[in-house]
Formats: sequence, C-alpha cells, structure tokens
Amino acid sequence: MRRTMMFVPGNNPGMLLNADVYGADALILDLEDAVAPGEKDAARVLVRNALRAFDYGSAEIIIRINPLGTPFIEDDIRAVVPLKPAMIMPTKVAGAEDIHAVSAMILEAERANGLPEGSVGLIPLLETAMGIENAYHIATADPRVKAIFLGAEDLSSDLQAIRSKENHEILYARGRVVMAARAAGVDCYDTPFTDVNDDEGLAQDAAFARAIGFTGKAVISPRHVPAVNEAFSPSEQDIAYAREVMAVIQEGERLGRGAVSLRGKMIDKPIVDRARRVLDAAEALGLGGYEHE
Amino acid sequence: MQIQGRAMAGTLESNDVMVTVSPAEGLEVQVASIVLNQFGKELKRVALDTARQLGAERALIELDDRGAVECTVRARVETALTRAKEATA
Repeated sequence: MRRTMMFVPGNNPGMLLNADVYGADALILDLEDAVAPGEKDAARVLVRNALRAFDYGSAEIIIRINPLGTPFIEDDIRAVVPLKPAMIMPTKVAGAEDIHAVSAMILEAERANGLPEGSVGLIPLLETAMGIENAYHIATADPRVKAIFLGAEDLSSDLQAIRSKENHEILYARGRVVMAARAAGVDCYDTPFTDVNDDEGLAQDAAFARAIGFTGKAVISPRHVPAVNEAFSPSEQDIAYAREVMAVIQEGERLGRGAVSLRGKMIDKPIVDRARRVLDAAEALGLGGYEHE
Repeated sequence: MQIQGRAMAGTLESNDVMVTVSPAEGLEVQVASIVLNQFGKELKRVALDTARQLGAERALIELDDRGAVECTVRARVETALTRAKEATA
C-alpha cells in the first residue's frame, strides 16, 4: 500500500536521518526543487550515502530528479540508478517522448551497473498544461511507469491560474489525471496540501482526493502523514460493509442465485469489486480484511 | 586526486558538517565539533579514511561539525574534495 509519499529534501542530513519515523508509505528523496542549483552535486552524494547507511524499513524509496533540458538530469540518473530505488520521479514531464528519453537513460545506467533491465520504475510528475493534456500517453508510454503524480504549484503557474486552498483551479487536472491513470491501469497521486498548519483543510482535501479516485497523496510535512494515511485507508464501516457484501455473494453462490441483495440494494459486480479492493487494502494494512475462520 | 584550490561543502545546520578543503603538503584534518570530546577522534578518522579512498594525499581538511553522522561526514568530505579538485588555484 502506498497512500502517502513524503518529500525529503535531498541535501538535508537531519531530514534524511529521521525520514522513516513518521509513517509515510513512500519517501521522495528530492534532488529537484528542494536543492539549490549549486548544491546538486552535494545532494547526490548525500542521498547515495544515506541510502547505503540507513534502513528505511518498509518505506518505498522514490527519488525525484531534475527535468529534461537541465544540465543535471544525466548526472542525476547516473547517480541514482545504482541505488536501486523503487521508482524515479522525472519532473515537468510533458509527453510520451519525455518518458522515452528518460527510460533510455535509465536503461543505459541499468546496463552499466549490471541491474536487470526495467527494474527501476517511473512515477512521472505532471505539472504543466501539456503534461496534463498528455496524461494518458505519459501513463502508457513505457512499462516502467507505475503511477502518475499531479503537481499543482507549477501547473497553476503554467495555467496562469490563481492558486487557492479550495483547489477549484486544479479540479479539471485532478479529474484528468485520475481518468488517465485508471484507463492506463496505473496508480495516481494527488498534489500535496501546502498549508502545514491547517489540519481541517488537509483532512477535507485528502478526503476529496480519495473520493475522486486518487490512490494516495504526497505530503511536504511529516505532520500531514497521519491524516493522509487515514483518508486513504478503509474505515471500520467500509470494512464491515465489504464483509457483508462478500458474505451475501457467497451465500448467493451457494444457493445458486444469479442476483443477490443486501438490505434491499442489489449487489452487482462493481460493488463486489469495490468490496474486494477495500478488503485487499485492509489486509495489506493489517486492519483485518477478509475474515479468516 | 590533485587538489587545485579551496572548496567547501555542507552547512552549519544541526546534523550537518561544514567541510573546507585546501591544498597542502600532506594530508591533515582539523576538527571543530559540538561533540569534540566524544567524537573528535572518530570524525578525524572518517575524514582521513574518505580522503584516502578518493586518493587525496595533499590536502588540509577542516571540519566544523554540528552533530553529523558518519555517512554525512563522508558525503561532505567527498563533495568538498571533488569541488577542490575541479577548483582553480
């Protein structure tokens, strides 16, 4: 389960040291915006040493690299591929051709380091109008792409929109990213909520993202991890209802009925599929899931 | 590794170390640290070991430590030495 992805500045030793203690499912070690242009070399070495020295437990490691067209991306890829991160996050991805270019560089680095080809995944960051418009093509550009991620700050600037806490200006982009990801069969991640002191706003924003289909959400503050984890975890009521659905389905099968209902509501395939997803998630999170007699 | 000029890496923030490298006749490490009494010798050993692994034999390495762990010290020394190698005298 990857509900939360927490950004960790790649040139901050204190944050790298303690990154795993907050309960984020994935850590995004950042070589891009969190690192000043003159410190990119230092961040690459620090991230390398941190990954060799620290045990981040079950947290999945994602490394955010600098965009194509910058003088940093080739050195970034050469430095991070040998670290065998679960995924690399290319930034300002505008179309499938960007994924092809990044994937080719990663392939070269995999071969140079004796790693299995295709072993490093990609989670492209879509943060331009062009990137959003090409979301499906990006998501299907290469088997390395495991998920796509919406970045609202740069996108709002590109749209010449006014950034707001209500996020009306990214409503279309959110829907477009979810639609593209689900059509492509990959996961999708929502932009971080940037007000670190607004707990209520965070909860509402995360609940909305969950409701429209995002797999999870990025966070820029460790304080946001618990609320986002909760928003993207099945509730006790979700689990109880899913178990009821599975029970009536099994009973219907036992009795040879084609259609079954629960409290007057017909239980059809989409409801069963949703119940299975809830119980799969609950099992993965140790929340009980399927009842084992 | 030939040290061409003076270079720095790291910061004075907590858990970090500021490393300054400059050309010298031999390999020398000077340490200032908030935990000098407890870890001064270890910091010096780690800096020397990193420099030797990188083939730097003629450098003065100054550490201003703010409680960095070993992998951070190694990273900052490596970055400072690499920058010093590429620096102009």
